[in-house]
Amino acid sequence: MNIGIVCPYAWDAPGGVQAHVRDQAETLMDLGHQVSVLTPVEDPSTLPAYAVDGGRPRAVPYNGSVARLTLGVKATARVRRWIREGGFDVLHVHEPLAPSLGGLACWAARGPIVATVHSSVERSRVLVTGYYLAQTVLEKISAVIAVSEHARRTIVDHLGGDAVLIPNGIRIDHFAGVEPLVTRQGPIVGFLGRMDEPRKGLAVLLEAFPDILARHPEATLLLMGPGDVADVLADVADRCRDSIVFLGRVDEHDKARGLAAMDVYVAPNTGGESFGIILLEAMAAGAPVVASDLDAFSRVLDGGRCGVLFPVGDAQALAAAVNSVLDRPEERQRLTEAGSRRVMVYDWSRVAADLIDVYASVTAGQGPVREDLRGQLVGRLASRRRGQGELESGSGP
Amino acid sequence: MPDWWWWVPVIVAICLVGLYLSMTAGRLDRLHRRIETSRYALDLQLLRRSALALDLASAGIFDPATTVVLADAAHVARVASDDDLVMRGLAESDLTRVFVAAIPDEHDADELRAMASDPSMLEDLRGICVRVQLSRRFHNDAVRACRQVRRQRLVRWLSLAGRTPWPHTMEMDDTPPPGLIAR
Repeated sequence: MNIGIVCPYAWDAPGGVQAHVRDQAETLMDLGHQVSVLTPVEDPSTLPAYAVDGGRPRAVPYNGSVARLTLGVKATARVRRWIREGGFDVLHVHEPLAPSLGGLACWAARGPIVATVHSSVERSRVLVTGYYLAQTVLEKISAVIAVSEHARRTIVDHLGGDAVLIPNGIRIDHFAGVEPLVTRQGPIVGFLGRMDEPRKGLAVLLEAFPDILARHPEATLLLMGPGDVADVLADVADRCRDSIVFLGRVDEHDKARGLAAMDVYVAPNTGGESFGIILLEAMAAGAPVVASDLDAFSRVLDGGRCGVLFPVGDAQALAAAVNSVLDRPEERQRLTEAGSRRVMVYDWSRVAADLIDVYASVTAGQGPVREDLRGQLVGRLASRRRGQGELESGSGP
Repeated sequence: MPDWWWWVPVIVAICLVGLYLSMTAGRLDRLHRRIETSRYALDLQLLRRSALALDLASAGIFDPATTVVLADAAHVARVASDDDLVMRGLAESDLTRVFVAAIPDEHDADELRAMASDPSMLEDLRGICVRVQLSRRFHNDAVRACRQVRRQRLVRWLSLAGRTPWPHTMEMDDTPPPGLIAR
């Protein structure tokens, strides 16, 4: 099958959706499908062979944080050309309602279109004001997939219509059994995520860290993810600074190795998470997980059986949870084992099998994806000229 | 001020209403087309399922009683008229229930795989049953979206939908056999 995938966010910026698209593309290619990904990108030289440059992103506030998105006449032209020349059997758009390439692709294409909704939106202003626009995008989509029950509820509540639930997946083989990135005398407590994004909750962990140090003076706090070291350490007491290792932004492989080094992985997020893929990655790498009790996290951790949950934003409870895990090696062992069993359910090979079922049901008896020229005066004229061009070249030798 | 000035807002208003109507007509057209394709896809999956049911019945892997019931249900589903959605839904639901009863758990599925000369038939059956379920969901979703637009007052008064018949959802039991989807 020839599959066209649209990624809404910049390929070279870290993010869950981008990682999802990459894993999806690579898993589908491993299964023998032909895949092309259209994505915004800052630096086109970072793109893998299967990805196509969709233009440079611009910073736009969206869904409570700043997203870098791609819009405009030039982007539209690129989307149209990609669809025209791709000859896809099915078009898979991620985050169709984010003001980015996804929506443009839905407008520009006709034929079997599948869309995946990742974010859970709390009655966002974008949705209310853009209701009519959102409908013009949604009505072209043959099948909507939600990665979590939260994301599904967003669709049902705000837009009408239903979605198929296909939980997110991870490539377990990328995480299991990797070499730890760092080793220390004492236990390593880890954080991974954008440090300048308040909803990732680093502040809660930093507030709790003195309590952890008081009980485990040898402990190290390992910080991974984009952010400014001076900003992060500004509010931290001097005596704690020596115990903090700041790695900044890391690539995928180092991320796996960093997780493998952790004796406890802490996810202190305060909201905005619809799935919690990072917890799965930590579990696949063998790190015991301590996470805030967001619905999404609680679901991934099987209600607390595969990790320890603490009340959202409660630094004291976080410190107590981390301390209790560090105190008991047999509990760490149990969590690691429960975690590696739990992640099996979320391996990408299973997700890919579900996706293929969806593709098969929307493509049955349909032709490939074509450029949609209806309602487009300019487009129609252009296609007429192109049509003639094709005829002329077709009549040649 | 010239005495024709009040024409300007009237003309603008007429243009806006016209634009809105033409966009709505365009939406309806797209929605009807989507229903057509999703209905076709669902039909195709249902036909594949009944064809596979007949193949499975003739493969002789089920016990005689199940084989007879399966062949009969598959035949009824195949001859059910396309026009009568209710009868078609009932016939397909019967076929679903035969499959559910025939492969109630993983243990039975494993036994059947061991008996079958071509074990991929059961994998095909799993795929088709899941796809029937998905296709029906996508179709009913398209119908719901279309009905939402067709219920609007302006659409009804100006009969923007033309002579296209009121869309109907497909109601049937589409539970896949539990033995095949257990993981």
